[in-house]
Amino acid sequence: MMRVQITKRTANVRPRKKSRPRHIHVLKNLTFYLPLLVLTLLVFTAVFADVLAPHDPVAVSMQERLLPPAFMEGGTKKYLLGTDQLGRDILSRMIYGSRISLSVSLAVIAITASVGTVMGIVAGYLGGATEALLMRITDISMAFPPMLLALLLAVVFGPGFWTVVLALSILGWAPYARLIRGETLKLRYTDFVAQARINGASSLRIMVKHIFPNIVNSLIVVITMAVGMLILAEAALSFLGVGVPPPAPSWGYMVNEGRSVIDRAWWISAFPGIVIGLVVLSGNFLGDWLRDKLDPRLRQL
Amino acid sequence: MMQNRAKTVLEVEGLRTSFFTRKGEVKAVDGISFYVREGETLGLVGESGCGKTVTGLSLLRLLPEPAGRILDGKILLDGIDLLALSKKEMRAVRGKVISMILQDPMTSLNPVYTVGEQIAEPVRQQQGLRGEKAREAVIAALRLLHIPSPEVRLRDYPFQLSGGMRQRVVGAIAMSCNPRLLIADEPTTALDATIQAQYLALFKEVQRKTNVAIIFITHDFGVVARMCHRVAVMYAGKIVETAPTEVIFRQPWHPYTAALINSVPRLDRKVERLYSIKGQPPSLINLPPGCRFCPRCPKAREICREREPEARQVGSEHFVFCWQVS
Amino acid sequence: MAEVLLEVQDLKKHYPVTRGLLQKTIGTVKAVDGVSFQIERGRTLSLVGESGAGKTTAAKAILLLEQPTAGSILFEGKDICRLPPARLKTEYRPKVQAVQQNPWSSMNPRMRVRDIIAEPLEVNTRWKKKQIDSRVEELLQQVGLMPEWAERYPHEFSGGQGQRIAVARALALNPALIVLDEPVSALDVSIRAQIMNLLKDLQDLYNLSYLVIAHDLATVRFLSHSVAIMYLGRIVEYGEGEELCTNPLHPYTRALISASAMTAQNMEEDNGARIILGGEMPSPVNPPCGCHFHPRCPAATDRCAVEAPAPKLYGTHYVACHLCE
Repeated sequence: MMRVQITKRTANVRPRKKSRPRHIHVLKNLTFYLPLLVLTLLVFTAVFADVLAPHDPVAVSMQERLLPPAFMEGGTKKYLLGTDQLGRDILSRMIYGSRISLSVSLAVIAITASVGTVMGIVAGYLGGATEALLMRITDISMAFPPMLLALLLAVVFGPGFWTVVLALSILGWAPYARLIRGETLKLRYTDFVAQARINGASSLRIMVKHIFPNIVNSLIVVITMAVGMLILAEAALSFLGVGVPPPAPSWGYMVNEGRSVIDRAWWISAFPGIVIGLVVLSGNFLGDWLRDKLDPRLRQL
Repeated sequence: MMQNRAKTVLEVEGLRTSFFTRKGEVKAVDGISFYVREGETLGLVGESGCGKTVTGLSLLRLLPEPAGRILDGKILLDGIDLLALSKKEMRAVRGKVISMILQDPMTSLNPVYTVGEQIAEPVRQQQGLRGEKAREAVIAALRLLHIPSPEVRLRDYPFQLSGGMRQRVVGAIAMSCNPRLLIADEPTTALDATIQAQYLALFKEVQRKTNVAIIFITHDFGVVARMCHRVAVMYAGKIVETAPTEVIFRQPWHPYTAALINSVPRLDRKVERLYSIKGQPPSLINLPPGCRFCPRCPKAREICREREPEARQVGSEHFVFCWQVS
Repeated sequence: MAEVLLEVQDLKKHYPVTRGLLQKTIGTVKAVDGVSFQIERGRTLSLVGESGAGKTTAAKAILLLEQPTAGSILFEGKDICRLPPARLKTEYRPKVQAVQQNPWSSMNPRMRVRDIIAEPLEVNTRWKKKQIDSRVEELLQQVGLMPEWAERYPHEFSGGQGQRIAVARALALNPALIVLDEPVSALDVSIRAQIMNLLKDLQDLYNLSYLVIAHDLATVRFLSHSVAIMYLGRIVEYGEGEELCTNPLHPYTRALISASAMTAQNMEEDNGARIILGGEMPSPVNPPCGCHFHPRCPAATDRCAVEAPAPKLYGTHYVACHLCE
């Protein structure tokens, strides 16, 4: 509302210049609204999967194996995106698969972001030996190959939802710790932190009330970008066969299943693949957009 | 007296510059006129947000695009209107005919090039000098700014120099092409008091040697007293008074000028209370009608709230924009 | 003579300079090198000097933001460097507050003004929310701001208003001493006077003591009862403010006054009376021997290069200079 008025006012002063800034405006916001739409849709499907899915995602129908999507020759309206080797509906499986992808990433983010943030703030603010210890642990975590560790965990604990979450969390907090420590170091020497110390505030209070609220923005940006990455990682684990075990439909697992028949039935792998790509891209775009918006140095103009 | 015969280098007429932001049009500079002569220093004085820096940037046409735009006015440099020049022609003017010194010597030098390379850049670009000739010009510029042992210093990187030395290097870059006009935007604000005194004395000497016209942008009347021949006082995008320096200190006409001079702390007299102006400068988006200073003015009358005052001449080269004078 | 509130004796703060991978110590920066002064209740002392003089480091030691290398800081007769943390928290912290140079950076941008002013109360008292709210309201009025503004964020204020908020926060606990670190340097000339007058009024009202850190003598003269001029970690001249401004004895003080804002002779055309110092303040890593000021001093003798002058009393002020003898 506000924005429209001002554009008008500006336009009145110099009508011939109005088109260019507006163009940029629309383009900039497109990279916000489209990803937001994709991610909202993802959450919506995950929540209402029962209602939205036209078929039971695990119902086998051997007569209707490898049916192509409805828009292709031989396809039927019954299975909009076709069926797989066991005659299961691809669309329904993808709708249910969004539940697994989303719940895995949310669980992992909840764990990694909180562990990483606490580690980062404590290391950055307290400094000294605490910092040295915490940051060495971080370095070691970052030196491990994550996929290898995940495979190992799957072997030890057996595949399952919580194994996937554990596998992705056990090293996933380290980048957060590093980022948050950097941000904290910047804040540690600001005047307002000095002022809080002058007022007698304890270290805990300073970390909670003064440092944390000022790193929330960076955290949100990183989390947004992590959603896409984690969905990709979950898919990769499923593809390797150590994800959430079948028959539960997971996007990565679906891509893997379609691999052997890719020459005859490309749709089994392709549709989940496209969705994975779309979600990852959306996460990255939204993260970039948020960074531009939330960074106070860029907020002025 | 000599100055009255000197040639006018720059003449600005009715300059208006605005920034178009989401919150509305910010009238940063709203119709100002002034001139500078050869070998003369004009002080552009005012508080933050009064438009003095935007004026400097407008003269060089270096406003941040697309938000900032020059809406109206003429900027005549030796009779040529800079606003009529193409972008390419304007580039040739910058650095060569008009140069600028910015406030912070820490950020106005590029940390990855040596001092010599940074001074050589405008020399090569604008004067087309190469090799030994360029080197001589660089050393001459360093000598002009009294930088000791210039042959050695030109191999230094900015971080190896102190703040005062760095600002001298910035001055050397600005003077390297013998400009006609130098715009100095608060060049001494970031410097310590004793270093500031050195720098000002140095610039007076540079001006005597080169006859360059200087526009000295500052908020500090102490600096004005030492440095400038004439002063233009700005308030909320307008010039409110312009006069020769001695005159303005002896007899300021505009209540704002008087208030500014009175609120400068003095070492030679003890006061019980400092003179202060109540309130704050107006928002440039929402300017009050009539005279811009009237909401804070102790002498405001009915007419001040209704109509903008026009220029009145009250003495030789002394103009005031105030209803009191009529 | 009023009661002495704070006494600093021979304060030193040295930082090691390290180099290379193994952090080998290659020297020391003597940021503050043997500084002594005192502040009486209800009075103002200004520490004046250029950047690198050590005035901010001295203030940080008093605010417990830096651990002094040597020397003592006596507050109401107790040495705060030797007090246990629990007693510091109750007997010292609440009584010594600060206002910093930049009003925006000294306030957490994510907190409302109410919470900013309330922080010292929340940390140091067990007051109820209602009590704190009414105190915040009272403080805002005291510094000339509208109580409704308590719900706003710092970026909505101008520099002058921001500094008023900082003053309100410093007053919250009824402190005895407020350290003012360049309190008006970031402000416009016409606003500076408002803040200085406010500080003066508050001092008279509450019998506050101020330690003012400044680079410009003229700006703080109005507030100061006494002034100490610092150069490269040492005090070169220290005494009653009026006397020091009108009759400076140390050559550095003279140059500083001459370079400072506006005096009668500055307004005249250059008549050669002004002292313009050559050179710059040397690095505190390798300070010159003898008197630190001698390489720039217009009247230095051989003795100045060898022997560091001890501060001696001349009339009403102490001067550390051989030439005054």
